Amino acid sequence: MSAAPATVAALAADLAAGKVSAVELATGALKRAEASTLNAFITLDPDRTLAEARAADALRASGKAGPLTGVPFAQKDIFCAEGWRTTAGSKMLGDFVAPYDATVVARGKAAGLVTIGRANMDEFAMGSSNENSAFGAVRNPWDMARVPGGSSGGSAAAVAAGIVPAATGTDTGGSIRQPASFCGITGIKPTYGVVSRYGMIAYASSLDQGGPMARTAQDCALLLNAMAGFDERDATSLQRAPEDYARDLERPLDGLRIGVPTGWLGDGVAPDVRAAVEDGLAQLETLGARRVEVSLPHAQYAIAAYYVIAPAEASSNLSRYDGVRYGHRAAQYTDLAEMYAKSRAEGFGAEVRRRILVGTYVLSAGYYDAYYLKAQQVRRLIAQDFAAAFEACDVIAGPVAPTVAYKLGEKTADPVQMYLGDVFTTLVNLAGLPALSAPCGFGEAGMPVGLQLIGDYFAEARLLNVAHRLQQATDHHLKTPPDASVAAAGGAA
Amino acid sequence: MSAANWEVVIGLETHVQLSTVSKIFSGASTAFGAEPNRQACAVDMALPGVLPVMNAAAVDKAIAFGLAIGAHIAPRSVFARKNYFYPDLPKGYQISQFEIPVVQGGSIAIQVGEGDKEYSKRVELTRAHLEEDAGKSLHEDFHGMSGIDLNRAGTPLLEIVTEPVMTSSAEAVAYARALHALVMWIGICDGNMQEGSFRCDANVSVRRPGEPLGTRREIKNLNSFRFLQQAIDYEIRWQIEQIEDGHTIQQATVLFDPDSGETRMMRSKEDAHDYRYFPDPDLPPLVIDPARIEAVKAGMPELPAAMQARFVVDYGLSDYDAGQLTASLDTARYFEEVVAAAGAAQAKPAANWVMGEVAARLNREEKAIASSPVSPPQLAGVLARVADNTISNNIARKVFEALWNGEGESADAIIEAQGLKQVTDASAIEPIIDEVLAANPQSVAEFKAGKEKAFNALVGQVMKASRGKASPAQVNELLRRKLEG
Repeated sequence: MSAAPATVAALAADLAAGKVSAVELATGALKRAEASTLNAFITLDPDRTLAEARAADALRASGKAGPLTGVPFAQKDIFCAEGWRTTAGSKMLGDFVAPYDATVVARGKAAGLVTIGRANMDEFAMGSSNENSAFGAVRNPWDMARVPGGSSGGSAAAVAAGIVPAATGTDTGGSIRQPASFCGITGIKPTYGVVSRYGMIAYASSLDQGGPMARTAQDCALLLNAMAGFDERDATSLQRAPEDYARDLERPLDGLRIGVPTGWLGDGVAPDVRAAVEDGLAQLETLGARRVEVSLPHAQYAIAAYYVIAPAEASSNLSRYDGVRYGHRAAQYTDLAEMYAKSRAEGFGAEVRRRILVGTYVLSAGYYDAYYLKAQQVRRLIAQDFAAAFEACDVIAGPVAPTVAYKLGEKTADPVQMYLGDVFTTLVNLAGLPALSAPCGFGEAGMPVGLQLIGDYFAEARLLNVAHRLQQATDHHLKTPPDASVAAAGGAA
Repeated sequence: MSAANWEVVIGLETHVQLSTVSKIFSGASTAFGAEPNRQACAVDMALPGVLPVMNAAAVDKAIAFGLAIGAHIAPRSVFARKNYFYPDLPKGYQISQFEIPVVQGGSIAIQVGEGDKEYSKRVELTRAHLEEDAGKSLHEDFHGMSGIDLNRAGTPLLEIVTEPVMTSSAEAVAYARALHALVMWIGICDGNMQEGSFRCDANVSVRRPGEPLGTRREIKNLNSFRFLQQAIDYEIRWQIEQIEDGHTIQQATVLFDPDSGETRMMRSKEDAHDYRYFPDPDLPPLVIDPARIEAVKAGMPELPAAMQARFVVDYGLSDYDAGQLTASLDTARYFEEVVAAAGAAQAKPAANWVMGEVAARLNREEKAIASSPVSPPQLAGVLARVADNTISNNIARKVFEALWNGEGESADAIIEAQGLKQVTDASAIEPIIDEVLAANPQSVAEFKAGKEKAFNALVGQVMKASRGKASPAQVNELLRRKLEG
């Protein structure tokens, strides 16, 4: 195995010390991205990237650099960025160039972060394997025959392979945490409302939340500092005082109560994953934490509720892709109805069409109460379960996914099998809580396993603290894929 | 058909465009008449990733309306998505309120009919809710294609829904007029019906007395009071004919064609959309606390009913006059400013002038009273000179006309400059009378023969000779004394 690529923190220090320039870092990252066979990027635009890098260097030269100015990263192709093709992984938006910046993009610009490219993803963030991208599947750098997870699969693969030190992701039902787990990196989904959704192409509005993905918890904290904050253009954004998510990183874990939900390490989890998660928990106990059992009695209904609510919102959110104002329009049609039908049938992939159909069905007259309202009730019960659990513990821990990354094509024939992989993640979005995935070991075929840490509302700093202490005591996060030749080419930059 | 055997039931849904500067969920301007799509921002165009943010000014206007009709202002109301596809509906859904509207209940008093047949009635409202308007589809001038203008998309609307309590087109029109006056009075809508700021949908059904409600048909998008009346009258006749011919009424949405005066089917119940309403996850519930309601109340003008009652008490006006003067807030304000300048003793003449000369003159030039060329203090100046006999009512109209045309700054300046002061000096009038008598021997003879008409002709001649400046009463007296003396 080769040396671990540099972290955000290390690159930031080098940039500050003048040891390297943003242009040099961007050039290296671009080279790696172009040489990579992972298909982690949908769009690379070296001119734009280098312009951003030059702007970052100029900012530093003028003495106005922030802590992350000049750091390269991959932007999930779901955040609208002015001048960048923004596809959301869909043919529907195959030629859509965003005319405005998402709030996350604007904040990244203000911080001087340099966009290396637009990370591949499942179409409209619908998927758990990144096989639903109209721009082709992404491969897992730990095993090119396996999926990187999804929907933020391109982001996870690019970070794991050392192409970039960090990436943005979005998480509606696990789309940051599960690919982070599958690719052996760290990723955090903040409390709903902490990161603005303005300009982040909507999948399921009440569940979507952006967040950072990087090698370490510390890097995630630094990036979250740049991404988070109230935004008046997002009515669901929370008005809170700015906080430093890195402030508690070094806090000792003595007395920390870690709740493990009943049944979360039972038969529903593959033995290799169970063993790695148990290792992680044991490590935290060594660091002073105390393990307690908690109960989430309604968690078993989370997948069902999620696959009602998310498609319901998606069916409405995706109505705007009608071929009228932008996006794909069928070449030939005889009337308006046919224009809609053909444009949408051609523009959307199979999984997106499936979820639109499901969502339309559950919102229909006569079915709304039985499905949508019932799912909302489940949602409240799950939130109540968590509230009760957090009376007895400070942080909840468990697996992210029941297995390590599976083979490409292994689950594409049976969508329900794919959905069941979200058993430990969707409930967190339903409750709106923060959660992260941090590497805790390796399982079958040497594939990485992530430990999920779930916190109470606004406990991001605490979660990152726990993950950081774990990462100080272990080296799982420093391991790189067996064939990291691509990464090594410019890893130290 | 025999309409007398039928009862008519009408409910109205009115879309009132709220006069906010920017749109209901975006910062784009709401001004009418811009180049197509120049007032549609990223949010209005429903670009990927954009989000709606509630315009607080639209909420305050909804609250003001609720207060004006004595409704319940919901402390928590919910925005929902109404899903359907149409090219001028950019998001593929309209943000509206469905289960929990912001304004609930309330009522509006109406006066229906004229003279002996006039009666008053109170129309109960079901609700009023906030929603966004759609854009416009343009089907002409595009040669087989359609144009989409999204300037109107996202314009704030208050949809005001009555109970099915009106029983004739006259009641429906009286309600629509009262509502129209009210929303302009409280300043939440410009009332411009040509530009679509105030549009009515009428739900009409008929039944035989004692029977349950008949099946209704909804007439969409009536943008004048005349069309509202014509459409309802046609629809009533049509429904009665259908039933009397043995048909049943099918629930439907219809359009009124002003050219033919008929309604025609737009879509039947079978074609009705399933709108798949659900709470909009992009917008938190609209929470309105009592302090906000109080703040809106403090900024509201006195309501028309209260002002009408006050005019009767304070100024000794008749109910009718007070009602006329409070037909619009601008008229009422103009009147009160005249009285403030002229004194309360001049209230009755002020009322007559505002409803008479001022209204007629404004009408003729299609001007609004707020931009009347004759200001309230100027009119008060005219009234003062009539009151102290400086000028007659006839001359007063001349002075008013001169003020209207900008011939002088004040009544006094014009009277002075144009020498319009009433002549009350008998020694100045007597020579004129003598001349007139000498020049009209025939009239004098007729008068002496007992023809009173001839006297009036002579008065007219004297007034004319004095160029209107003589006091008519004085001319009368002097002339009669001379002829009879």
